[in-house]
Amino acid sequence: MNAVAKPTAQRNAHIRLRVNGEEVEVSFAPYKTLLEVLREDLDLTGTKHGCELGECGACAVLVDGEPLLSCLKLAIECDGSAIETIEGLAAGAELHPLQAAFSDHGGSQCGYCTPGVLMTAKALLDAEPNPSRERIKEALSGNLCRCTGYQQIVDSVEDAARIINETTINETTANQKRAGA
Amino acid sequence: MNAPKKFDVIGHARRRVDGRDKVTGALRYADDLKLPRMLHMKLLRSPHPHALIEAIDVARAQAYPGVHLVLTGKDFPVPFGIMPVAQDEHPLAPEHVRYVGDPVAAVVAKDEQTASEALALIDVKYKALPTISTPEEALAQPEARIHDYTDAGNIHRNQSFEFGDVEEALEKSDHVFEDLFFYEGDNHMAMEQHASLARAEGDGKLTIWSSTQDPHYLHRQLARVLQMSAAHIRVIACDNGGGFGGKCDPAGHEFVVSKAALMLGRPVKICLTREEVFYLHRGRHPVLMKFRTGVTKEGKLTGMHLQTLLDGGAYGSHGPASTFYTGVLTPLTYELPRFKFEACRMFTNKPACGPKRGHGTPQPRFGQEIQLDKIAEKLKLDPAQLRLNMVTKPNTLTASWLKIGSNSLAECIRQVVDGSGWKQKHGKLPQGRGVGIACSSYMTGAGVSIYWNKMPHTGVQLSLDRSGQVTVFCGATEVGQGSDDVLAAVVAETLGITTREVRCITGDTGITPIDLGSYSSRVTLMMGNAALQAAGRAREMLVAAAAEQLEVLPESIVLSQGRVFAAGDANKSMSFAECVVYAETKFGTLGTVGSYTPPKPPGKFKAAGVGPSPAYSFSACVVEVEVDEHTGWITVPKIWVAHDIGRALNPTLAHGQVIGGIYMGLGEALMEEQVFRRLPPKLSNALVHKIPSLLEYKSITSLDMPDVEVYLVEDPDPNCPFGAKEVGQGPLLPVMPAVANAVFDAVGVRIDEVPITPEKILRALHLKREGKNPRVGPDHFPDVPYVEPTYVIPPGEGGDGTESKMAVRKSANTRAERAAS
Repeated sequence: MNAVAKPTAQRNAHIRLRVNGEEVEVSFAPYKTLLEVLREDLDLTGTKHGCELGECGACAVLVDGEPLLSCLKLAIECDGSAIETIEGLAAGAELHPLQAAFSDHGGSQCGYCTPGVLMTAKALLDAEPNPSRERIKEALSGNLCRCTGYQQIVDSVEDAARIINETTINETTANQKRAGA
Repeated sequence: MNAPKKFDVIGHARRRVDGRDKVTGALRYADDLKLPRMLHMKLLRSPHPHALIEAIDVARAQAYPGVHLVLTGKDFPVPFGIMPVAQDEHPLAPEHVRYVGDPVAAVVAKDEQTASEALALIDVKYKALPTISTPEEALAQPEARIHDYTDAGNIHRNQSFEFGDVEEALEKSDHVFEDLFFYEGDNHMAMEQHASLARAEGDGKLTIWSSTQDPHYLHRQLARVLQMSAAHIRVIACDNGGGFGGKCDPAGHEFVVSKAALMLGRPVKICLTREEVFYLHRGRHPVLMKFRTGVTKEGKLTGMHLQTLLDGGAYGSHGPASTFYTGVLTPLTYELPRFKFEACRMFTNKPACGPKRGHGTPQPRFGQEIQLDKIAEKLKLDPAQLRLNMVTKPNTLTASWLKIGSNSLAECIRQVVDGSGWKQKHGKLPQGRGVGIACSSYMTGAGVSIYWNKMPHTGVQLSLDRSGQVTVFCGATEVGQGSDDVLAAVVAETLGITTREVRCITGDTGITPIDLGSYSSRVTLMMGNAALQAAGRAREMLVAAAAEQLEVLPESIVLSQGRVFAAGDANKSMSFAECVVYAETKFGTLGTVGSYTPPKPPGKFKAAGVGPSPAYSFSACVVEVEVDEHTGWITVPKIWVAHDIGRALNPTLAHGQVIGGIYMGLGEALMEEQVFRRLPPKLSNALVHKIPSLLEYKSITSLDMPDVEVYLVEDPDPNCPFGAKEVGQGPLLPVMPAVANAVFDAVGVRIDEVPITPEKILRALHLKREGKNPRVGPDHFPDVPYVEPTYVIPPGEGGDGTESKMAVRKSANTRAERAAS
């Protein structure tokens, strides 16, 4: 180790994102991952990290609607993207049905894996409103949880799907009734 | 608990009080914190498993732009360690590194990237020393010492106890079974990596936010290592993103960020990488075990001689306690008239082992429960019935002087036997499918503190004011298990309000009364009892004020569902908040306290303090497996578990704890292992971690996890708040042996070690086909120089709980006579 490494005179990268429906501009060191930019530069610490190598799923967010491990994505690649994080899941004070179901069924214990699990589950239910139990397990198999043994997580997602579907059916029926009247 | 009482809060499935912040991402774990002018720290770790540091040159790192401070071992002359008898670790190693990953220097810089770059500029000159990789090597090479403070060689702890003459009992037995077992080490793998943020206050005081399960013990150790007054240090335990024992030890980085913050006058943060968490470790001890067990022809135990050999890794950690726990809880599950155990912990050049969920107990449970399966097979008895015939009874003393209070193990066995269809399945399923059973018992809180003192183990402070708000303060630490919810529930039930009306302030040594920490399944019982006392005292004041105001006798006042009223008179009623106003008017500012100290253990011999608990939980478990004889692959379709919980305060959380314990146990049974390998001689022959990542460290995913049927057996224990015993650790214990026993039922092979991998199954099946003993497991127990045991006469033989010197001599004499004849 002869040469003293010189810090590279690096300039910040600068991108625009739509995060949880809000336009943001952010400037950051160009080596940063989306995870780091969310947590460190946008103060959205709801998204967690557990391995930094794409192995645990704690950092899952939705990028343009698709679940993505934010620790594996450079933020500069995300310019112009729409990002959904755990902070945007509830509608104001009202919990998303997934959040409510996780609260009711013990789907969250220490809570550290919960944001990644919830965002992955949201992507699943957005794409497949009636997943089987096996399908839920498959969709969440990249999200490690050390507390729950997964059973109450799967229960929660199942129940949330039921509630979302019931709400949708009720709304449709109500709309049909209104249309009929 | 006398007449059955209807509760408003207790026993009802509720959303946990801290649940909303967990599902919205609002909860702040240690690494989520950020302070103005905050700097970041990274650690330089030893690449050698065993070496002396001849020189460290930090000049280039110090000069690197963006670097604020570089610290090395010379900055930390005082060692630490959670146990008073094992303070053998330095925050940064001053001259001797003992495992790959031992921290040797720290860089504090403007960001993590700069700190990492500067680490590469630190020049360390090491002189490599011989590496000890296993306890057997440690015994064989006593001269290559890892620590020099121990009595001899690399033996860290050497403990022996004998309760009654075990050799005599074995001689008189119809059968004596001798079996060897090995339990591999594994990691807690909490999803949150350890993080700490330290801030110096203006006048030289320190605040540290950390992912710690035990803020009180960290507090004491910080004062020691930093040579500061403990009164000037405030430790705030952030909500832990899982602990499982991995955040019980004070960790080197907690001292280093603290020192750096004090020196720089700026906040300093560190968050370990996942790889570093595997180096910090403190996980399950690998343990080699030898069981010699006497039984009658009816299948009752007569005596047991248990020997254990622990691979402790490079430092003491909780080792002295871990060593005890490989023996002491063994007599709790089944009646065992005589018991001898010899336990020895060795130092090796690997990350230190420590407490993991079940602390020292899963290993002997694994051995004993498989041995019982072998006994049942030999005596042609049903393994479930064999166990049922000899479960320990309520309100008895074990041969080792542990006091058992409530005990519903028999009921637990009946429930899993019925639920699983055991009688139709065991020995009757088609080839390749099988069921296995196992049982266990665990402490509801260690009866003695880690350091000797007579003070309470926990304290609770309650404050109420005219707004109707109730705030409860306790040093207990939320690690995900739901301790805040227990605290709120106990207070809410006592005061007749909902948990939503109770604000919990916990885990902050600066403002909350001391609680020893989230370990040994102690929080519900100890904090709960203290909360019951504090809330009961507040209730008395509210009742007195309400009785006066409503002009009725205090005995007739009821507090329920946010109202305070006279029983039987609907007109005499007020809201809870109004009642607090009257109480504040009558008594002045309202505040009460409660505390809890466990009862004195019945044993009076030295070290009788390890093992006693105010209450023990019991569990029984049936596992069903399918084994593919071509690939060795094990599928677990279903697990049934019954847990004697006393009372489930919040059934949703209690179920979650049980299933989570089963999950972790199943991972240990089938795949989890923290293992090491030697580099080839041309590459230094060093001992390195095989798998320091979550991809390579195999754990169970949602796809692997079977359905778990949970039966909570509720027989309230009088020593516990509302009768609630522990649930966080016990249910893990029977899983591993139940899997091993199920594998035997399925394909007739014995795997006497974990993890039970497909490769081992295939090896055992191959032996079976060759007509050899179809078993994979250890075949040799080394000659361990165990110390002469402390001899104690069991309660059933007229002992008084003290060490019996005479009996030792007598026993030795009879043994000599027997040997001579």
